[in-house]
Amino acid sequence: MTALPSPKDEMWRYADRTALAEVWDALSPPEMLQIAAHNEVQQIWQPSGEEIEIRRATITLEKGARLSLYALNSASRYGRIELDVKLHEGADFAFDAANIGGGSATLEIVTTVRHVEPAANSRQSVRTVLGGTATGSYAGQVAVARDAQHTTSEQDIKAMLLDRGATANAKPELEIYADDVACAHGATVGELDPVQLYYAAMRGLPPEEAKALLLEGFVGGLWDALGPDSPISVEAREQLRAMTR
Amino acid sequence: MLKIENLHVAVGDKPILKGLDLEVPAGEVHAIMGPNGAGKSTLAHALGGRPGYDVTDGSVAFAGEDLFDMEPHERAANGLFLGFQYPVEIPGVSMLQFLRESLNAQRRTRGEEDLSGAEFIKLARGQAEALGLPADMLKRPVNVGFSGGEKKRAEMVQMGIMDPKFAVLDETDSGLDIDALKAVGEGINRIMRAQNKGVLLITHYQRLLNYVKPDKVHILVAGRIVKTGGPELALELEEEGYAEVMA
Ligand SMILES: Nc1ncnc2c1ncn2[C@@H]1O[C@H](COP(=O)(O)OP(=O)(O)OP(=O)(O)O)[C@@H](O)[C@H]1O
Ligand SMILES: [Mg+2]
Repeated sequence: MTALPSPKDEMWRYADRTALAEVWDALSPPEMLQIAAHNEVQQIWQPSGEEIEIRRATITLEKGARLSLYALNSASRYGRIELDVKLHEGADFAFDAANIGGGSATLEIVTTVRHVEPAANSRQSVRTVLGGTATGSYAGQVAVARDAQHTTSEQDIKAMLLDRGATANAKPELEIYADDVACAHGATVGELDPVQLYYAAMRGLPPEEAKALLLEGFVGGLWDALGPDSPISVEAREQLRAMTR
Repeated sequence: MLKIENLHVAVGDKPILKGLDLEVPAGEVHAIMGPNGAGKSTLAHALGGRPGYDVTDGSVAFAGEDLFDMEPHERAANGLFLGFQYPVEIPGVSMLQFLRESLNAQRRTRGEEDLSGAEFIKLARGQAEALGLPADMLKRPVNVGFSGGEKKRAEMVQMGIMDPKFAVLDETDSGLDIDALKAVGEGINRIMRAQNKGVLLITHYQRLLNYVKPDKVHILVAGRIVKTGGPELALELEEEGYAEVMA
């Protein structure tokens, strides 16, 4: 196995190095996922329950292929999701993921999306909810090649901090060599809205339940397409409830 | 049923209510009218317990208990309902989920059992239908993208579901078209007209009072009730304005 990545490596900048060292030698290489032309695939990544969990995938979408990837990153100590996605002509990639963690968890989502041919779309929505002294990060690079005209890409990154000790990092990056593209990115960090909490209280919700419900709303929109009772939504809901209790 | 004595409330450091006295006995509907900025919404939020609305003096007894001893969610569980002048949007949470969890939270606070999903849906649909709100709207996120009038109707649907003992309705009539005004007026009568219930209706206009006949009308100016009368007072106000009536 190779040496641990350097902390100066942008891809590993926010990693929990102690946890990483423990699993590094046993770490399997990235999963390879190739989606054939015009095929449509959906994947749902739920946490395994391990306290350290690293999931990596190298993904290629051939011409007109579509991938919807839904993910919950919530290992109790260190969770990392790392994607390297290559999009051929007219391919469509949608990534809806959440980092949810309390205690001293370190959670990170690191993505590289390469638009190598024209008219592909990529959309990434990441919602992060952190309590305690947890750290949650998103680092996402979108690279648009010179030939990849009519690319659209979006990175919509939002974090919510429940405690003063929690930290959110967001680094959406664009590297564009084509001139006719529409690429948007936005990142916000916030706290729960006191007016929404008051409204919920006025309808009878105690503070903890009101918080959990608002956070569910914040995260839950990601997985609307899967329905409110999908296992990933249920799991996220349980974790949010545990954090606000 | 609701007895407010010498209430002083400051928002930030600014005193807004300055010794307000008001009593609504069970079985009665009282209207509060008053110019913009008089402190009507401040009264509603002080009763609700909104953070930032500091009660600096005075007391409120609600059904024999000290209202200010209760947390906002306990006030709701004890039967206080506040219809908001500006209903709050909550993206990502459906109206149905919000109301079901709220109602069950109230029931738990009171030591009652949760309603089942089926019982709740039936109740919610019935109330939506009674208020003329398409039941499908209950699947949408709380108040998000609702028109002004839809928000106010939805507040009344919420009131019907919660079935409170006492409702403070802050300009529930503003922004309503003629049909909605009638539906809301009838809703208030249907849900709240009872021996053991009471309503405080904050409004700028006489028209809602055509549907919901108030037992008393109070005029709130600069943080105090300055005049109290029967339903005719609202008519007088509409015709002559505050300056004339107060003179
Ligand atoms: N957060 C705040 N900070 C400072 N002043 C405030 C705040 N909220 C309300 N006020 C002031 O308190 C006063 C009373 O406001 P309130 O909303 O109670 O009036 P109102 O009688 O409901 O008026 P309207 O008829 O326009 O709804 C106003 O002068 C308002 O500007
Ligand atoms: Mg007002």
